[in-house]
Amino acid sequence: MQDTSIFTGGFAEPVLQGQAVFRAVMDCMANPGRIKDTDGTPSAPGGVPSAMAALALTLVDHDTPVALGKSLRASAFPAWLAFQTGAPMADTAFDAAFAFFTRADGFPGFEGFPIGSDEYPDRSVTLIVEVEALEGGPEMAARGPGIRESAVIAPKGLPADFLARWRENGALFPRGIDLVLVESTRLLCLPRTTRLQAREV
Amino acid sequence: MYVAVKGGEAAIANAHRLLADRRRGDRVIPAIGIDQIESQLSLAVDRVMAEASLYDPSLAALAIKQSRGDMIEAIFLLRAYRTTLPRFGYSEPVDTAAMRIERRVSATYKDLPGGQLLGPTFDYTHRLLDPALQTDEAVETPLTRTPSPENTSRVTDILNGEGLIEPDSSMDADHQPGDITRTPLDFPMTRDTRLQALARGDEGFLLALAYSTQRGYARTHPFAGEIRIGMVEVEMDLPELGFSVPLGEVRLTECQSVNQFKGSATQPPQFTRGYGLVFGQSERKAMAMSLVDRALRAEEFGEDIVAPAQDEEFVIAHSDNVQATGFVEHLKLPHYVDFQAELDLVRRMRAEQGLAHANTQSEQKEAAE
Amino acid sequence: MSGLATYNFAYLDEQTKRMIRRAILKAIAIPGYQVPFASREMPMPYGWGTGGVQVTAAILGPTDVLKVIDQGADDTTNAVSIRAFFQKVANVEVTTRTKDATIIQTRHRIPEEKLTEGQVLVYQVPIPEPLRFLEPRETETRKMHALSEYGLMHVKLYEDIARNGHIATTYAYPVKVEGRYVMDPSPTPKFDNPKMHMSEALQLFGAGREKRIYALPPFTDVVSLDFDDHPFTVQSFEKPCALCGAEGVYLDEVVLDDRGGRMFVCSDTDYCEDRRAQGFLGDQGVPLKEAAE
Repeated sequence: MQDTSIFTGGFAEPVLQGQAVFRAVMDCMANPGRIKDTDGTPSAPGGVPSAMAALALTLVDHDTPVALGKSLRASAFPAWLAFQTGAPMADTAFDAAFAFFTRADGFPGFEGFPIGSDEYPDRSVTLIVEVEALEGGPEMAARGPGIRESAVIAPKGLPADFLARWRENGALFPRGIDLVLVESTRLLCLPRTTRLQAREV
Repeated sequence: MYVAVKGGEAAIANAHRLLADRRRGDRVIPAIGIDQIESQLSLAVDRVMAEASLYDPSLAALAIKQSRGDMIEAIFLLRAYRTTLPRFGYSEPVDTAAMRIERRVSATYKDLPGGQLLGPTFDYTHRLLDPALQTDEAVETPLTRTPSPENTSRVTDILNGEGLIEPDSSMDADHQPGDITRTPLDFPMTRDTRLQALARGDEGFLLALAYSTQRGYARTHPFAGEIRIGMVEVEMDLPELGFSVPLGEVRLTECQSVNQFKGSATQPPQFTRGYGLVFGQSERKAMAMSLVDRALRAEEFGEDIVAPAQDEEFVIAHSDNVQATGFVEHLKLPHYVDFQAELDLVRRMRAEQGLAHANTQSEQKEAAE
Repeated sequence: MSGLATYNFAYLDEQTKRMIRRAILKAIAIPGYQVPFASREMPMPYGWGTGGVQVTAAILGPTDVLKVIDQGADDTTNAVSIRAFFQKVANVEVTTRTKDATIIQTRHRIPEEKLTEGQVLVYQVPIPEPLRFLEPRETETRKMHALSEYGLMHVKLYEDIARNGHIATTYAYPVKVEGRYVMDPSPTPKFDNPKMHMSEALQLFGAGREKRIYALPPFTDVVSLDFDDHPFTVQSFEKPCALCGAEGVYLDEVVLDDRGGRMFVCSDTDYCEDRRAQGFLGDQGVPLKEAAE
C-alpha cells in the first residue's frame, strides 16, 4: 500500500514558516532551558511530534545525513523525510548531522554520534529527541552561556543517568553533541555548554 | 552651528543616476547591443563566464554592458546572479578527447595524429593597429576543414602509452567531487577543488604566478604538451531515466603542460602534468592555470616549497578577484571610528614621549647647572 | 532572462538559508568558535558587509524591525545601502531607533544604549581570525585554537607594552570567550568591548569573504585580554559630545576648518538624537527642532 501520508504535513508557507521555526530554535539554543512553541501545522508519520517535524523541515536537506531511532526507521517517516526535505539517511550514526528519536525509540545514547574534533568542533550531531514532557520532571539547575546566573529546567522522561551522561558530554568541550528536546509542538535546547545539576527538593 | 551630515540615500540615488548616464554615454551614438557584445567582444564574454563560473554568453554580455566594460565588475554581477540559481545536479565529467576542435597546438611534437590546427589565434598577427576596423568593412568568410568524426587523441595519452608521463590522476572511487561554491575551502585542498578554484581564479593573478615559475620561483620546466579549444558536449545522468541526457555544448580551452620530474627512490624519472581547463576561448588563462597547478603539486612530488606559486594557501586564498576587489576597495568605506581610536593613541603616545623628552632635557639642564 | 527580477524573501534561496542557519546554531553552541560556512556571493562587494548581510538574511522574518549602522551612524552610505537592500528584498520594517529594533546589523560599533533581551546584534566582520596578523596560515591558526594555544597573542600584546608602554591595539581588540576561545570582536573600538560581556542580546558575527560565522549567546563571559600590571582600559574623551553633552560615550572627531578647529560628537547618531530630543544640549548643539527646520 502506498502511504500517501508522506506527501502531506509539510509547511504550507515554507519560507515564512521555516524562518519562524528557525527563530524559535535559535532563541532556545541561545537561551538554554527556554521553551518555545512552534505553530503546530507540520505533521509527519511514525508518531513524530509536530515540533520534530517542523525542525526537520527547517534544518535538514540534501547536505545533512540523518540518523533515526529504530521505530522511526521502520515507519513511513524516512519516506516522508526524503520526500519533504531530500535528506539522505546516514550510513552509520557517525555520519549523521542530525538524529531524530521519538519516545517509541527511547532516549538515545550519545556514543556513536559525531562529536566534532578539536579543530572542527562544529562537525558534531544535533540530537532531536522527544520526551514525555518539557516540564514537570525532576528539577535541574542549568548554568552556562545564554543563562543569566541560573535557570531551572525539568523535562520529564529523561533516563536516570542523564545527568552523568550530560556531564561527560560537557567535559568534551569544545567537542560534544547538542540536544533539542521536543514535546508535541514545543521545544527546549541544551547546547553542549549548558551545565546541569540536580536540585535538592 | 554644526548640523551632522545627512542624506546618504539621496546621494546614493544621484550617484546611480550619474552612473547610468555615463554608462550610456553620448546619446547621439547608438546604444551597444547585447548581441554585439556577445558576438564581437566574445573573448571578453568568455573571460566573464570563466571567472564567474557560469556558462551563459548573453548574460555575460549583459554584465559587460552593465559594468561599462569593467571585467571584474561584470564577473561579480554574473556570480551574484549564479549564486541564486537552484542546483539541479552535477553533470558527468566532460570528455575533451571528443571535443569538436577549433584550435589545437602541441609544442612537443612537430606533427601528431589529428594534426596541428591554428584556429582563430592572434599568435601570428602583427600587432599593427588596423585602420580598416574603424569602419564596417566586409570580412571574408573563413575557410574551415571538415571536422573529423574521430576523437583526437591527447598528447598526454600518446606519452602515457610509453609510460613516459604520469597517468591521469584519479580520485578514490567513492570520492565525491568537491564544490567550492557550496563548501567552504579547507586547507590542504584536494586537487579537484584546487583546480576548481584555479579555474575561476583571476587571469592576471594566475598569469603572474605562472610567469614567476618560469623565472626561477619554483621552476618546473614546462612544455606546452597540448592546447585545444573547441566545443564539448555536457551530459547529465538522470537516475530516473537510467541514462545520461545531453544538456548542450560549451566551448572549452584545455591545456596540459608536460613538466620535468627527476624521479625518486621509488619512482623512475617520468614527465609530470599540469592541467588547465577554462570556459570559452581563453588560452592565456588555461596555460597559466596548468603551470600553477603543477607548481602547487610540489608537496605531492616531494619538492621543496620555496616560492609563492607553490604555496596553496597563498595562491588559492588570493586568486579570487571578486573577493580581492571587494576587500581592497572596502577601504574606501568609512573607518573613522577606528581611525579615531588610533588618533587618540598616537596623540597620547606623542604627548607621553614629549613629556619624557622634556623631563630628560630639564634633568640635563639641572645637572648642568 | 525574464526570471532575473525574481528573488526569494530576503534574497537568499532556502537551501542557502538552511546552511547558514545550521552554522548559526553550532556557533551559538560553541561561543567564540568560528564555524566555516559556504558563504555566497552577495549583490554587494566582499568586505562591504556580505557576512553580516547573509546572517541577517538567514534570520530575518516579516515581523522583525531592522536597524543598520556603520560607524555607529544610521545615515552612512553603506548603512543606507544595506538597509535599502533589506527593504527591497524582504519588505521589512526598518528603524533608526536602537530600542525599537529586533535585529541590528552593525559595522564597527555597538550602540551606546544597552541592548535588551530578544534583540540580535549582527556584526559585519572583515577578518574573523584574531591570530591572522600573527600567523597568516589558516592551517596553523586552526591548530592554535584547537590546542587553546594563545601564547603568541600575549607575546604580541606584551611587545606593545615593552615598546610603547601601552597595548597599542585600539580596535579589533581580542577577547576571550568563556575562558576558551580567543575571538576577534570585529573592528569595533575597544571602547565597545565591555558591552559584549554578559550582554542580554544575542550577538552574531558574519565574515562573508572569509566564510566564517561565530556567536556570543546572551549572558556570555567575554574578557578583553590584558595583564595584571597592564589591565585593559577603554578610551576616554576629555570633553562631552558637542551636540548632546553626553559623557562616557564614543565620540567622532569632526574637523571644522583647515586651521585645526575640531569638535567631538557622538558616533552613535540615534543616541545623540534621542538625547537632544530629551532636551540635552552640548556646547555647540542646537535643539533638535531647530536643526530640522
